[in-house]
Amino acid sequence: MLLRDVGYARPGTTDEALRLLGENEGARPLAGGQTLINVMKARAAAPDVLVDLNGIDELKGIELGSDGTLEIGPMTTTSQLIASQEARARPILAEVCSQIADVQVRNRGTVGGNICSSDPTNHLPPLMVAIGAELTIAGSSGERAVPAHEFFLGVYMTAVGPDELLTKITVPPGRSDGFASVAVGRDGTCIVNAAASANGELRVVLGCVGAVPEIVRPSAADAEAVRTAVQATSIEPPSDVHASSEYRRALAEVVAVRAVTQAAERAGG
Amino acid sequence: MSRITVEINGTTYEREVEARRLLIHLIRDDLDLTGSHVGCDTGNCGACSVILDGTLVKSCMLLAAQVDGASIETVEGLANGELSPLQQAFSDHHALQCGYCTPGMLMSATALLRENPRPTDEEISKGIQGNICRCTGYWNIVKAIKAASGQEVAE
Repeated sequence: MLLRDVGYARPGTTDEALRLLGENEGARPLAGGQTLINVMKARAAAPDVLVDLNGIDELKGIELGSDGTLEIGPMTTTSQLIASQEARARPILAEVCSQIADVQVRNRGTVGGNICSSDPTNHLPPLMVAIGAELTIAGSSGERAVPAHEFFLGVYMTAVGPDELLTKITVPPGRSDGFASVAVGRDGTCIVNAAASANGELRVVLGCVGAVPEIVRPSAADAEAVRTAVQATSIEPPSDVHASSEYRRALAEVVAVRAVTQAAERAGG
Repeated sequence: MSRITVEINGTTYEREVEARRLLIHLIRDDLDLTGSHVGCDTGNCGACSVILDGTLVKSCMLLAAQVDGASIETVEGLANGELSPLQQAFSDHHALQCGYCTPGMLMSATALLRENPRPTDEEISKGIQGNICRCTGYWNIVKAIKAASGQEVAE
């Protein structure tokens, strides 16, 4: 496949990357490329310059604080997260990442990329919202932290501006989490997914049913309470080749119950 | 244009590449290493799989410009005068028919066995999950990889 002509830069630091993104209106960051390269093949997006983030060590790695808080570099690949000892502080992260695509895609695809593409069928956006992650964004006006539930603004749109970068994902400690999905084939594209957290307030977050993850707060963890809560949302899931809106709506209840059940079991409930 | 230096199967190549050049096209069209195949072009089929700095990747999903300074292994590097044990196992267990997915399968299997020298059937299936085969139905491929790992295979 022939991509449109494009420029290429491979900065070694976040500051250099931000400078390059700010200098050129048509510049876009290249993370794992497992979404963007395909998009460019189809010419659905045609950046003028690709700013390759793969050489920026300060955006990689996972640190575990003494209080159990995880700081995840956005250029950490999905495979690296799965293999990470530190990431075991929040086991749901590796469990969900293991369900993404395949080995090759996980070896290049990044945690930050999966989050920032804000594709409604992605795994990590609803998970980040469910576990109460915080996303740190750096730009010319400095750094700011955005809670996950305010980060996803629309399809392919996040709080990260055109000349900004996601620089850190902060995850609080917790083990009472769940995730469930119905996908096209094993580990394929999600038709509907749900991430649940029972660390404190019970919440379940639905993916694939709207432009951004949908937060649902069931009154209790039992199946009926969860279904009632999902039914009470105003979701209008899309219809596409994989599923009708009605089917997604029905599946949303099913995966929400599964995710909540898993989270509640781990909470000892 | 970028100037890149890349080692492939032990040979160093220096080339000028356009930024938009996909790695698979550098490998196949510029360097004449046509063992790696273009199957789907969308990163689904895995026929383009190669090992980059020890990591299994789909070469149609990377730019050639991204591999400056890297070391790549392709299917051409597996044999050493004669078929590798893995390749021989593919032949013995009829793990290929048209052969189009085979280079990718071999690279995925190579990567898997390095990380997991005695995989279960389930682990093998997971290891080749990124490789699609239209001919064999996969079972002989799984058997071949299992046999290559020195484990017994039910025939």
